[in-house]
Amino acid sequence: MSGRDVVLARVRRALADVPRGEGPHDPPVPRDYRRVHGSRTVEETVELLAENLADYRAVVHRCAPAGLPALIARLLAARGARTVVVPAGLDPRWLSAAEVAARPDRATDTARDLAAVDSVLTGCALAVAETGTLVLDAGPDQGRRRITLVPDHHICVVRVPDQVVGSVPEALPRLAPERPLTWISGPSATSDIELDRVEGVHGPRTLEVVLMAADGEG
Amino acid sequence: MSRSFLGMPAFPRAAAVSTRDPRLRANLAHATHTIRDKRARAVAELDDWAQLRAAGAAVKDRTLRHLDHYLEQLEESVAAAGGHVHWAADADEANRIVTRLVRETGEREVVKVKSMATQEIGLNEALAEAGIRAYETDLAELIVQLGDDLPSHILVPAIHRNRGEIRDIFRREMGKWGRPAPEGLSDSPTELAEAARLHLREKFLTAKVGISGANFMVAETGTLVVVESEGNGRMCLTLPETLISVVGIEKTVPTWQDLEVFLQLLPRSSTAERMNPYTTTWTGTTDGDGPRAFHLVLLDNGRTDTLADAVGRQALRCIRCSACLNVCPVYERAGGHAYGSPYPGPIGAILTPQLRGMAGPLEESLPYASSLCGACYEVCPVAIDIPEVLVHLRERVVEGGPVTRRGARVVLKPAKGHAAERAAMRAAAWAFDHPGVLRGGMRLAARTRRLHPRRLPGPGRAWSDTRALPTVPAESFRDWWRRTRGDAGGSERGGVK
Amino acid sequence: MRVALFVTCINDTLQPRTGRAVVTLLERLGVDVDFPAEQSCCGQPQFNTGYRHATEPLVRRFDRAFKDYDYVVTPSGSCAAMVRDNYPRIAARAAAEGRGRELTEAAARAVPKTYELTEFLVDVLKVTDVGAYYPHTITYHPTCHGLRVLGLGDRPRRLLEQVRGLTLKELPGAEECCGFGGTFAVKNPAVSTAMGADKVRAVTGTGAEAVCTVDNSCLLHIGGMLARQGSPVRPVHLAEILASTEADTAAGGAAGRAAGAEGGAR
Repeated sequence: MSGRDVVLARVRRALADVPRGEGPHDPPVPRDYRRVHGSRTVEETVELLAENLADYRAVVHRCAPAGLPALIARLLAARGARTVVVPAGLDPRWLSAAEVAARPDRATDTARDLAAVDSVLTGCALAVAETGTLVLDAGPDQGRRRITLVPDHHICVVRVPDQVVGSVPEALPRLAPERPLTWISGPSATSDIELDRVEGVHGPRTLEVVLMAADGEG
Repeated sequence: MSRSFLGMPAFPRAAAVSTRDPRLRANLAHATHTIRDKRARAVAELDDWAQLRAAGAAVKDRTLRHLDHYLEQLEESVAAAGGHVHWAADADEANRIVTRLVRETGEREVVKVKSMATQEIGLNEALAEAGIRAYETDLAELIVQLGDDLPSHILVPAIHRNRGEIRDIFRREMGKWGRPAPEGLSDSPTELAEAARLHLREKFLTAKVGISGANFMVAETGTLVVVESEGNGRMCLTLPETLISVVGIEKTVPTWQDLEVFLQLLPRSSTAERMNPYTTTWTGTTDGDGPRAFHLVLLDNGRTDTLADAVGRQALRCIRCSACLNVCPVYERAGGHAYGSPYPGPIGAILTPQLRGMAGPLEESLPYASSLCGACYEVCPVAIDIPEVLVHLRERVVEGGPVTRRGARVVLKPAKGHAAERAAMRAAAWAFDHPGVLRGGMRLAARTRRLHPRRLPGPGRAWSDTRALPTVPAESFRDWWRRTRGDAGGSERGGVK
Repeated sequence: MRVALFVTCINDTLQPRTGRAVVTLLERLGVDVDFPAEQSCCGQPQFNTGYRHATEPLVRRFDRAFKDYDYVVTPSGSCAAMVRDNYPRIAARAAAEGRGRELTEAAARAVPKTYELTEFLVDVLKVTDVGAYYPHTITYHPTCHGLRVLGLGDRPRRLLEQVRGLTLKELPGAEECCGFGGTFAVKNPAVSTAMGADKVRAVTGTGAEAVCTVDNSCLLHIGGMLARQGSPVRPVHLAEILASTEADTAAGGAAGRAAGAEGGAR
């Protein structure tokens, strides 16, 4: 017998007490938990996102679309960044004011190549207010997972309020499971020394989030 | 290299040693109390915690009751997304599969994400025998690996080490494995984390094979989920060309939607955060992004034996958050190593004996490693009634009964070493069911009370070494009642008086 | 209403003072309390050590002893928890093992009428001021089964707060187990003692004269450790505090004594 046959046969013997007529979807799952915690206006949801991002040490900035290039230029300059990796589908205007070498992500770039880059600039798939989480789904303005991992400085632009959801239950239906997803809540951290939280281990140690309001807002 | 949990003594002996180690006691008390209050605050933020907990338990029960269905669905979904699925009935088979897969890449080094399943099967040791070096990349696992130590906590395997000890291990050992610790490394957690970052950076950038576990596997989509904090998981899951994930079969959940429950329960219970810094989900392979080859090794290794016990199977709901360890007064004083497996604390006390078929003195002692205070059940995010399972397993120890070992049903004999207790318990139960006899004994005890010793010999010393013995009163309650109220059965009056 | 006292085996044999206090207290509150002699042990020591089958006759006995009563009141959180939490479980296992529904019916009768003392006072009699006087400083340790299985909540505290003359000191780490755990105390003596030592340190640190619980089993352990260390802090059951009155003090009774004639430790 193959390992597969052995394991499945054991599972079936182990479940001899489950009534024959009971189907895989029959055991009830009560879903009376909340879809979202509390009721908030759209503005309050964005506010909560900003609060929770900051609570986990992400640096939060806000701007209108017209102000984005200048803001990004300022953030990169303040950091002293000279090279910035960008996903292939990123709006080129975002970097138009920055005096840096934009480096489109290429499939031939190795991890070591990326380690030599100062910063990475991306969009996101959505953001979750209650948990202060950004979700990247490797879309055109986000690129391969590794570009937001190896460089030490990540600037992520969130379009508010369109890309903001209230809660985890509101996030999942808007995400495609077949895409590789990265959920990011603040810069990397560890609690491995005396169960005390320290920020900054292997991922980008600085995470800056730009909440970009739609035209005419913010 | 590498110590192992093999041949560990029974719990009471190992625990007694730990209670006499003041540094260990201080490290554990500090760490568990730090996280305890934080968890309570993180959980209190959600007013539907009880509903989430009930849903989490129900999703896991649904999966477990139809595990064959969901495993086959998972296998099909993973394969459809370009992954390769392997099945391992036990640790040896899993180790053979992983070793073969690594060899086929031609690599001699792998990077690892912290994984309980690979700890459980001793994968690193098996790979070492095949000439393959496995680098642990989780900070705490790195501390354990560099210190040639054993893990003592599910979330924080090096919880028994304080910052000073960690600094010493880094200074002494890092150079033997790669980039040495920076000159003048202090014991500040920030500097220690930075030292780990620098040490592991080179390994991440060059590794061709990554090995992981997973927190969840979604049957309907074939998606695997790894929840982490440091970014070492993302490194291992996305940079190598080949990814091998070794995952216990009970980590399956039916649907994508089910993650909405667990991604709320797990971070708050585990690190006491609203959300952990990084979560990676992947489905098979993606062109141009991440590993080109993905292998999933589905691990049984005692899980189906556990599943066969209708009371004990709830232990398979466990999502490895470690909240039960952090609130357990026994764990806090005994330390993780006393539990003799990578699964310490209350969950280990019910999981280890079941995974190992109740075989051996350690496994027989673990169900008694609890005062049944119930703090573990209270915090468990999937409502595992750990006290209930502990008592159930105690019954297996003292009364014997059916268990399943490697798929075969065997009937256990009552464990050795409980004969005197068994006789005493039965005698007590018999006496309690025959109050006349009991009353006689009580009166005898009362009449001889001036002669009672202050300390007991033999097994009674376990009580009287540290605790005074209660004095036997001159008159029992029932004698007082009859003397003052006088309405009890007349036949009793003639008793021993 | 017909009210029976379930005194518990430990109180019957080692701490009869507690049983007498419950009788005094309930009678003062106008409750006609009876003591059916057929009662014995709830079976907790056997059940929790793994002897489920040996426990079954005690479930039947409990049912028989109290079948004619509307309420069963017990001064023990853990014995009440045994009846309410484990009797249905024992019955369900017996039924699953094909041994009929006799225990199921026994459990169904026993569970709804069994009350721990503070539950009976607060929920059934609806009193928190029981007219007690106890001119001492005490600290309260909520025992695990009362706290987590029964969910006693603030009932003991509400009762204590109404006791005249009493000063209640907050116990740090109150909700942590004292380390008794029945046979745990002798099967894992080192850990049990380590837990007890921490509890005793917390108790002593409050400066209280006495430590109070709703369970004499835990008090045997805590009190035994206090006595072994020569501590002047004494263990006292909540029922004895609630039973005390100014008359007792004047007569040199329960409230005035530093330690009782029996139930002390040596």
